[in-house]
Amino acid sequence: MASVSGNFLFASFLLYIVAILFFGGSVKQRKKAEIKEVGKSSKIGLIITIFSFLSHLAYFILRWIASGHAPVSNLFEFICFFALALVAGFLILFRLYPLPSLGIFTLPIVIVLLAYANMFPKDVAPLIPALQSSWLVIHVITAAVGEGILSISFAAGFIYLIKSINAKETKSSRGIELIILFFFSFIGFILLSIIFSSIGFKEKVYIVDSQGQQAAIDYHMPPIIGPDPKDVADNADFKPFLTVPATINSGKLNSVLLSILSGGILYLAARLILRTRVAARLKPLVKNVSLELLDEISYRAVLIGFPIFTLGALIFAMIWAQIAWSRFWDWDPKEVWALITWLFYAAFLHLRMAKGWKGKNSAWLAVIGFMIIMFNLIAVNLIMVGLHSYA
Amino acid sequence: MKKKRLLVRSIIFLIISAAALYTIYASITNKKVDQLRIGQKAPDFMLVDQYGKKQQLSAYKGQGVFLNFWATWCKPCETEMPILNKVYKKYKKQGIQVLSINIGESPLVVDRFIEKYQLDFSIMNDADEGVQEAYAINPLPVSFLIDKDGMVQAIYTGELTEEKIQTLMKKIKP
Amino acid sequence: MKQIECSCGYKNPYGTEICHGCGKILGTKGKKVDMRYEGSARRSQTYQKNPIDKLWNFFSSVKVGVGLIVIVLVASIMGTILPQEPTIQTELSLGEYYQKKYGTFGIIYYSLGFSNVYHSFWYLVLIICLSISLIIASIDRFFPLYRSLKHQRVIKHPSFFQNQRLFFSLPSINEEELEERLQSFHYKVKKDGQNILAEKGRFSRWGPYVNHLGLIIFLIGVTLRFFPGIYVSEVVWIRDGETKLLPGTNGQYYLKNNQFIVEVYDKKKTAKVFQDALQNKGIIAKNFETKATLLQTGQHVIPGEKITLQEIKKANIKVNRPLKYGGYTIYQGDYKLNEFAELEYSIMAKQSKKKLGSIKINLADPKDSYRLKNGLQVEILEYFPDVVFDKDGKPSTISKIPNNPAFVFRIKSQDQKSAEVSLVTVNQTVNAAAAASFAVELENVETRNVSALTIRKDPLLPLLFLGGMIFMIGVIQGSYWQHRRIWIRAAGNREFWIAAHTNKNWHGLKRDIQHVFGNHKEHGLETPTYKRLDNGEEE
Repeated sequence: MASVSGNFLFASFLLYIVAILFFGGSVKQRKKAEIKEVGKSSKIGLIITIFSFLSHLAYFILRWIASGHAPVSNLFEFICFFALALVAGFLILFRLYPLPSLGIFTLPIVIVLLAYANMFPKDVAPLIPALQSSWLVIHVITAAVGEGILSISFAAGFIYLIKSINAKETKSSRGIELIILFFFSFIGFILLSIIFSSIGFKEKVYIVDSQGQQAAIDYHMPPIIGPDPKDVADNADFKPFLTVPATINSGKLNSVLLSILSGGILYLAARLILRTRVAARLKPLVKNVSLELLDEISYRAVLIGFPIFTLGALIFAMIWAQIAWSRFWDWDPKEVWALITWLFYAAFLHLRMAKGWKGKNSAWLAVIGFMIIMFNLIAVNLIMVGLHSYA
Repeated sequence: MKKKRLLVRSIIFLIISAAALYTIYASITNKKVDQLRIGQKAPDFMLVDQYGKKQQLSAYKGQGVFLNFWATWCKPCETEMPILNKVYKKYKKQGIQVLSINIGESPLVVDRFIEKYQLDFSIMNDADEGVQEAYAINPLPVSFLIDKDGMVQAIYTGELTEEKIQTLMKKIKP
Repeated sequence: MKQIECSCGYKNPYGTEICHGCGKILGTKGKKVDMRYEGSARRSQTYQKNPIDKLWNFFSSVKVGVGLIVIVLVASIMGTILPQEPTIQTELSLGEYYQKKYGTFGIIYYSLGFSNVYHSFWYLVLIICLSISLIIASIDRFFPLYRSLKHQRVIKHPSFFQNQRLFFSLPSINEEELEERLQSFHYKVKKDGQNILAEKGRFSRWGPYVNHLGLIIFLIGVTLRFFPGIYVSEVVWIRDGETKLLPGTNGQYYLKNNQFIVEVYDKKKTAKVFQDALQNKGIIAKNFETKATLLQTGQHVIPGEKITLQEIKKANIKVNRPLKYGGYTIYQGDYKLNEFAELEYSIMAKQSKKKLGSIKINLADPKDSYRLKNGLQVEILEYFPDVVFDKDGKPSTISKIPNNPAFVFRIKSQDQKSAEVSLVTVNQTVNAAAAASFAVELENVETRNVSALTIRKDPLLPLLFLGGMIFMIGVIQGSYWQHRRIWIRAAGNREFWIAAHTNKNWHGLKRDIQHVFGNHKEHGLETPTYKRLDNGEEE
């Protein structure tokens, strides 16, 4: 059953790609920013998305049945579920504001997330004692749903910026291109991981750390950065281009650097092909969208998502922590970053409601908020050490 | 109207400031709160010493009590125990009882220590660790000077010398 | 401060922008007035005179509040860059540790205080300031708003209508039909002559104040924990078979560790679907728990007193399933496997290698001496549960935990005439004399597990939970509903003015208007226009 669930996941992955094409097509059709008139292409796009969502949901349910527990117990499962929550968030907001552009910009994130999830161990594993609780379902699912809905505010905000920023605003344009670069880095990481794991690349470097102990650093990609030669135990032929003190895990840093490099290469290629800023080429896609509407979607997404996020990522989290670990809060990096996310969106709402931050300001905030969520998902889980970092 | 507003706001600020200041104060002193402090009543205890005699703190009301906690691995304890052995009889005549509590090592180890240094003042073993908890023992050695009314007059951590013992004993002479 | 008297006769407090009586826009020089507080004067905006007022205004400002949130946010981020001090276990001083482990960055991080953010004085001050801001900002806004909305009138001055973001006129209305339609959309309809006020969702306006209250209660709960005696948190290590006093319970409770078990998933016994994971990961923990019995002393006991314990109940304590009793909660924490419990040594004649006998030593309570069958006596001169050797090779112990036991044996011959002394550790024997006739070898080791349990008493948890719940109610109340109002005014001579306002989600209000009044294209009238306010503020 586990493999069948995997097939459903793969099917949904493909269907999301198809849906993007239909949403894209509908944008070309639309002539006016009339919310009521949703083009035929857009309708097909929606139906495909719904089917894809159902297929994705089928993966989730089947995997649950196969493993006997909610499939949110490791990074692969969590990211898949987060992607599902993102689609759910999209469907909710699309129902309220049927904007095809929302689909064009949300679904690629979903696809990249699913591909990224694929890089992690997919084995169905039995639950370790700490996770043997019904709170696993309650806490993780609520938090992920909240984050998924909040992410839609990012999509709307990003579209807003694409549309409203013109070439003359160099700082803002550069900001947008930077976000696009991050996106390409993600893709770069996925491509590199696929390439290097398929050729079976794996290298270990032994270092002597500050306590005098020998430790191994794993490299999943060819090293361009490594530990300071004086800390290396014996690898005589290990000569990286850059060095870094042994206190930093150069293996992980290496993967990050290579991802950014490859992202940069992909970005440059895109610039060469498109002959202008990527954002400029995306602009026609959002030609007919009302800025005011986008602003409202972004705001509404935060309004809907924030309570759910608070409930799942803070309240349920604290209750479970108290039951499992005897203390509801211990300032470990994951908990702190959940707090940071919460504080950020609280600030967002206050700035909007009381200080009249709308439009571009609000859009940039939505973008930053999503970066924080991504940081929590990636950096905190993989790089920072703590009780909570499940990889 | 204006005055009323000023009054209301001032009261609110007063309450908030009091709460804030007390919170800051409490957070700073919080760590020390659990420990036994000078001026507090010394918790009563009952243990059996190496002679099989039941020793209860409250039984020494009217006398001073020099209460010492130790372990065989604490180096300062090794040096100070013989000193205590030398002077305890003198202080007994002055109305101060010397009691010593090991923090729960195996009986063999405690016996050997007593034999090695030929200690004959009352030594007990807190196997349950209940007395240590009541006295909030952390670094060793630590000595509590308890007066005739059962109140802690001094707490001394660290190695004792004969002079130091003398100074401390003065505080609890009945 | 002088009151503003409106032409309708109502005396408004100084600073009011929309008359509380008739809704007339008061003296704003043609600019649009924001509807956030019904145009009433937020007191902090009008009184500036003395230091108390200035302080009040400072804390009531949203700008300051947001600033505080951002500072807390940034400070929190700083604390995640490197592991914080409370998580570090080292024998070095903390400054040395950060320098050694993280180099220059580490020492800078440490000296700036970022190595202990969350328990620092400054962080506490920030949270206190945030709390003050929460309290004062809420008080400052809630009361004027509540009063305005409670006493709002149905009839509004024409300038009020013109000031609204949504404003249009119709030549006629069907009052009954309109009222029905409005009610079908859940509006509460109030009438005054031919004027109508339709309102729904006013309760959602209180959402922010409810959630602020929740936060304040939560923060009070957090700060009360600093106070003495309220909060107990202790750890106790109990070996298999041991019964130990539970610290923090005032000598009332004891716990017996009947058995501590650790299980891992067995490839053969687990479902097929998990086989790959087990193959790749190797060992996956399945369960670890302490089969325990909770006991109590019953009557009041003084420390050290030996009394018989009464059994209260048995429980299997594991992660996610703590034992609760008497206001205390006992959690399964860490564990240590295979601590030395008993050592069995065999004594042999060195030359003939013949085994002369064996002794079994209980490391928690070794005997003075052991007599072998053939009359040999093994005395334990010294016992070091956790042995270390100094530079001269002299042994001593560093704790009472049998991590690395060592003994000094004196083996006496039957006739008591000769005795040999040797130092015996777990892996070797060192004889005092060069020519020894006895050899001591470790024959058998028995181990047992030790379980660490955390004891907690936190009577403030319900308060924190209450704060959290109130916060959630407030946030849901304020986010998922909107406060919508529609005013209809008979402006005389075949003209009815309609204005509408909401604190958020104008899109939805527009839809409501279209549903109630119909699509204007059909009536050939203007479609509702959005008039942007100058300061673009919303609720």
